[in-house]
Amino acid sequence: MKVLVPVKRVIDYNVKVRVRPDGTGVDLANVKMSMNPFDEIAVEEAIRLKEKGAAEEIVAVSIGVRQAQETLRTALAMGADRAILIVATDDVHQDIEPLAVAKLLAKVVEAEKPGLVIMGKQAIDNDMNATGQMLAAILGWPQATFAGEVTIEGDHALVTREVDGGLQTIRVRLPAVVTADLRLNEPRYASLPNIMKAKKKPLEEKTPADFGVDVSPRLTVLKTREPEGRKAGIKVKSVDELVEKLKEAGVI
Amino acid sequence: MAVLLFAEVTDGHLGRDATAKALTGARKLGPVTVLCAGARASAAAEEAAKLSGVEKVLCAEDPSLGHRLAEPTAALIAELARDYTHIVAPATTDAKNVMPRVAALLDVMILPDVIAIIDADTFERPIYAGNAIQTVKSSDPKKVITLRTTAFEAAPEGGNAPIETVPVPADPGLSAWVEDKVAASDRPELTSARIVVSGGRGVGSEENFKLIERLADKLGAAVGASRAAVDSGYAPNDWQVGQTGKVVAPELYIAIGISGAIQHLAGMKDSKIIVAINKDEEAPIFQVADYGLVADLFQAVPELEKKLG
Ligand SMILES: Cc1cc2nc3c(=O)[nH]c(=O)nc-3n(C[C@H](O)[C@H](O)[C@H](O)COP(=O)(O)OP(=O)(O)OC[C@H]3O[C@@H](n4cnc5c(N)ncnc54)[C@H](O)[C@@H]3O)c2cc1C
Ligand SMILES: Nc1ncnc2c1ncn2[C@@H]1O[C@H](COP(=O)(O)O)[C@@H](O)[C@H]1O
Repeated sequence: MKVLVPVKRVIDYNVKVRVRPDGTGVDLANVKMSMNPFDEIAVEEAIRLKEKGAAEEIVAVSIGVRQAQETLRTALAMGADRAILIVATDDVHQDIEPLAVAKLLAKVVEAEKPGLVIMGKQAIDNDMNATGQMLAAILGWPQATFAGEVTIEGDHALVTREVDGGLQTIRVRLPAVVTADLRLNEPRYASLPNIMKAKKKPLEEKTPADFGVDVSPRLTVLKTREPEGRKAGIKVKSVDELVEKLKEAGVI
Repeated sequence: MAVLLFAEVTDGHLGRDATAKALTGARKLGPVTVLCAGARASAAAEEAAKLSGVEKVLCAEDPSLGHRLAEPTAALIAELARDYTHIVAPATTDAKNVMPRVAALLDVMILPDVIAIIDADTFERPIYAGNAIQTVKSSDPKKVITLRTTAFEAAPEGGNAPIETVPVPADPGLSAWVEDKVAASDRPELTSARIVVSGGRGVGSEENFKLIERLADKLGAAVGASRAAVDSGYAPNDWQVGQTGKVVAPELYIAIGISGAIQHLAGMKDSKIIVAINKDEEAPIFQVADYGLVADLFQAVPELEKKLG
């Protein structure tokens, strides 16, 4: 079975996000960018499936600016076999929407015919939590989102999902789309020799036009602002003082 | 304009709080029809009909809809969507699973986690774990929206809407439910509780987490946890508060042994009053706390429990 893993280049999760004062967005020039943390988990899961013999080949895909090459090289250094980059914009501030990403991924799926697509549940920049579900809809495939555990059983996958009430286990027919939650695994670090080897692995470059997909946005961003801040609070000296303050505030 | 509100229905019961809050948002967009779907949904439909401001309730019952599986549920909603300009749901894990699938079936973008409705096409939503708020205008002919429930007051009772049964499309048979693991609890639900007491890695063990739970029970509160506490096995996954867990905005949030990473703050910083108990006075949680207590939690929490009388 071939596994396709879409990976997104996003602001590193440790970087403090800065909203531009003129309201035109978040500053992304000269900030550290990394692979979306959920996508690292997806890559790791694909590698484990390969190590267990449930998968033969892992193809990583990224859509966005040319710099997403670095993200794909990281996936290759972790253990993906080859990579596809779809250069859809040259502006680091332009986010390609989940619907457009899903349409492009559907075309890649048509060409590559994977038995499983495993991706992140959410990109930590736009916090959409949508692309996997949209891809599954376009392909007419089953979806198993927010996965905390994945087992391949012949032509099905058994997936335990993290949901509001606790955990739900479902069985989906393959091919399917799985989206990874945080507790699915702990992704490995790429070793130096593997980083070197990754430079020689194939990385193919495409454009949306190659697939005949229109990536123009459906949502226009009118404004980006900082959230309302909280006014500074106080330090209390003792539990007694805390109890007193909470009684004054009428919350206990 | 006409709005279809996909109600939260679990095992035949209406998720009243989430649905009533989403109803308040949905009503800003036009007259609201509520859809209750499930293997059993009639009791939920009757309850939804009593919410004030509901025009009509659609009840869809079929075994395929029994476990909130995305494929049959999305197919049903996409079919019904023809008659509506806006398809809305509370931003629960079930709706986050289903609604993007609905949007793609309709070839429109999804508008997730909306916190404010500016007009029929324009919405505000948090991005970057709530570090920025974006105003977006949709050019799509239909809007598919999830509403963040902490941003809306629950609609009251007092309605008496008619209930209509709707046909259910054939089960695509792509997925099957196997099992639910739900921890039974007498505590209030995390997302609607008036008080939430949360513990983090500082609590140290599953055993010690009982301290947090006892304090919560004393206050009649729900229990929350940081991701580190969940990952370390001190607390179950459905207690996680944050960017990738639940978003809560209670009247009182007490964070104990939690450092205050932005991903945690994303899930609780709209609480009315925040209390932090942490032994590190530099912990970022103190920057959002109304009342901060620099103390060892193993002393402060039992003392607090006792002094609450
Ligand atoms: C993509 C992504 C998504 C994430 N989503 C979430 C999310 O939804 N929710 C979430 O919570 N996190 C999330 N995280 C993780 C987040 O970045 C932090 O790692 C996590 O919140 C830390 O949890 P913590 O505060 O319990 O642990 P720590 O940061 O380790 O803090 C423990 C605190 O306990 C204090 N302490 C220790 N002992 C005592 C004592 N005896 N008495 C008093 N205080 C004590 C310490 O001073 C410290 O401040 C996410 C991370 C990523 C990358
Ligand atoms: N531009 C992109 N390139 C590759 N994968 C993406 C892209 N955008 C989203 N994805 C995938 O879809 C997941 C969910 O993203 P989102 O729906 O934007 O929250 C991510 O974790 C990625 O696996």
